[in-house]
Amino acid sequence: MWVLLAVAVIAVLWMVSAYNGLISLKNQTVNAFKQIDVQLKRRHDLIPNLVNAVKGAMDFERSTLEAVIQARNQAVKVNASGGGPDAVKQISQAENALSGALSRLLVTVERYPELKATGNIGQLQEELTSTENKIAFARQLYNDTATQYNTKQQQFPTTLVAGLAHASVTELWEIDDQAERAVPQVDLSRR
Amino acid sequence: MIGFILFFAWLGFGGDYVWSLQGHHPFPWVGIVLTTVAIFTAWHAYKTGPEKVLWSTGAHEVIDPQTEAERQVANVVDEMAIAAGIPRPRLWIVPDDDPNAFATGHDPRDSHIAVTQGLLRICTRDELQAVIGHELGHVKNLDVRLMTTLAALVGAVLLVRDGMGRAMRGGGPLRGGGRKSKNAGPLLAILLALWIVSWIIAPLVTQLLAFAVSRRREYLADAMSAQFTRNPLALASALEKIEGVAAPTASIKRGAAHLCIADPLGRRFTNHEGWLADTLATHPPMSMRISRLKGMGYAQLKKEGGSFTSSALG
Repeated sequence: MWVLLAVAVIAVLWMVSAYNGLISLKNQTVNAFKQIDVQLKRRHDLIPNLVNAVKGAMDFERSTLEAVIQARNQAVKVNASGGGPDAVKQISQAENALSGALSRLLVTVERYPELKATGNIGQLQEELTSTENKIAFARQLYNDTATQYNTKQQQFPTTLVAGLAHASVTELWEIDDQAERAVPQVDLSRR
Repeated sequence: MIGFILFFAWLGFGGDYVWSLQGHHPFPWVGIVLTTVAIFTAWHAYKTGPEKVLWSTGAHEVIDPQTEAERQVANVVDEMAIAAGIPRPRLWIVPDDDPNAFATGHDPRDSHIAVTQGLLRICTRDELQAVIGHELGHVKNLDVRLMTTLAALVGAVLLVRDGMGRAMRGGGPLRGGGRKSKNAGPLLAILLALWIVSWIIAPLVTQLLAFAVSRRREYLADAMSAQFTRNPLALASALEKIEGVAAPTASIKRGAAHLCIADPLGRRFTNHEGWLADTLATHPPMSMRISRLKGMGYAQLKKEGGSFTSSALG
């Protein structure tokens, strides 16, 4: 009799802690996803200022700068329109296009080492690197948290309360740009 | 923390007992005073620890980054805070040319990271990122709370011991003289000896505690840095660089040594293994840390199918 009661109490205590653990992970996952949005928005706000700061020094690379501004405006527009059945896909496409334009700008800057000496350009390089890093790290945190959440809700004892906590498997962030995914091929054979 | 208070209570009440065996004042005032002092010191150390540690190194806060290097390190701290999923810590720069870094604070919402100017000078961006990641690992594990409190306690114990020593030299023997032989037995002698030994080792015990806690936490923070940056080789090369510049970090005091990424005192036994090093060093041997990180790095490369994408293969 007492043994049964003790077992029941332990079972209930375990259920409470497993449930709370799942809920906490779920909210962390949601929060981590929102962080990606925050960083993307920050990038949109930053780009016009950065481009204005270097416009004078980089007049001869006008087309590269314009491509960046265009990609940025497109991304802002897609984000603002929201809705739509494939909104997520459109947003990620626009953001990837922006990433591409920014990395072309970075490559361009690298090509003119004498430009770096003129104050603003060095700063532009640092800010661009940092912005791209921030987005990458926000995605990494989201993927890490989501993986933890997914694993927890599928593993054996916790899976019993997964239904109770309305836990469902979350999708990870993936690169859908083929160019970004491609592994660089290094050919070491010399001909 | 509890241990610290109990230790002081033993020192205080033990003293009272020795005295009462000698037939003096039955009221245990020394014990009460010392225990109160211990509780107050512990609380005070917890509250003001971070400010004290930062003040003792002469660090200044980076609020509005001016130079290129400051802007870069501020950005790196932002990035690592995102990767760790914690609020951005406050950034301080220590005007010292030796490369080192430490973290302090109470919890992730109230944390500080300090780097020396020497670190900014010798590290690449990737290496800086790894070092900051290591410090944020300490913040996320709540090591900073424990270690900062310990740093303040080590200082407090030294202070109290010195103060009490002076007081006893001044007043104790005069009042205690004359009536000694009445109750003096082996018990008294043993107690007295134990009590005196306790006084002598008090700072040592606190310090050893700090060392032991610190060493185990360093490996964990190294691993967390690798998790945040996904680039363990960058931390390995940063540690190699820091070790290469062997000069002690002059502006970081003894009490705060266990907070740093590398032993700031430049003690040689940090680099050896064995019993003595295990007891006395604040950090695990640098060579062990580096080889573990390299192990992580090569495992990662292998998993990626041998594609040499990492920039820090040095």
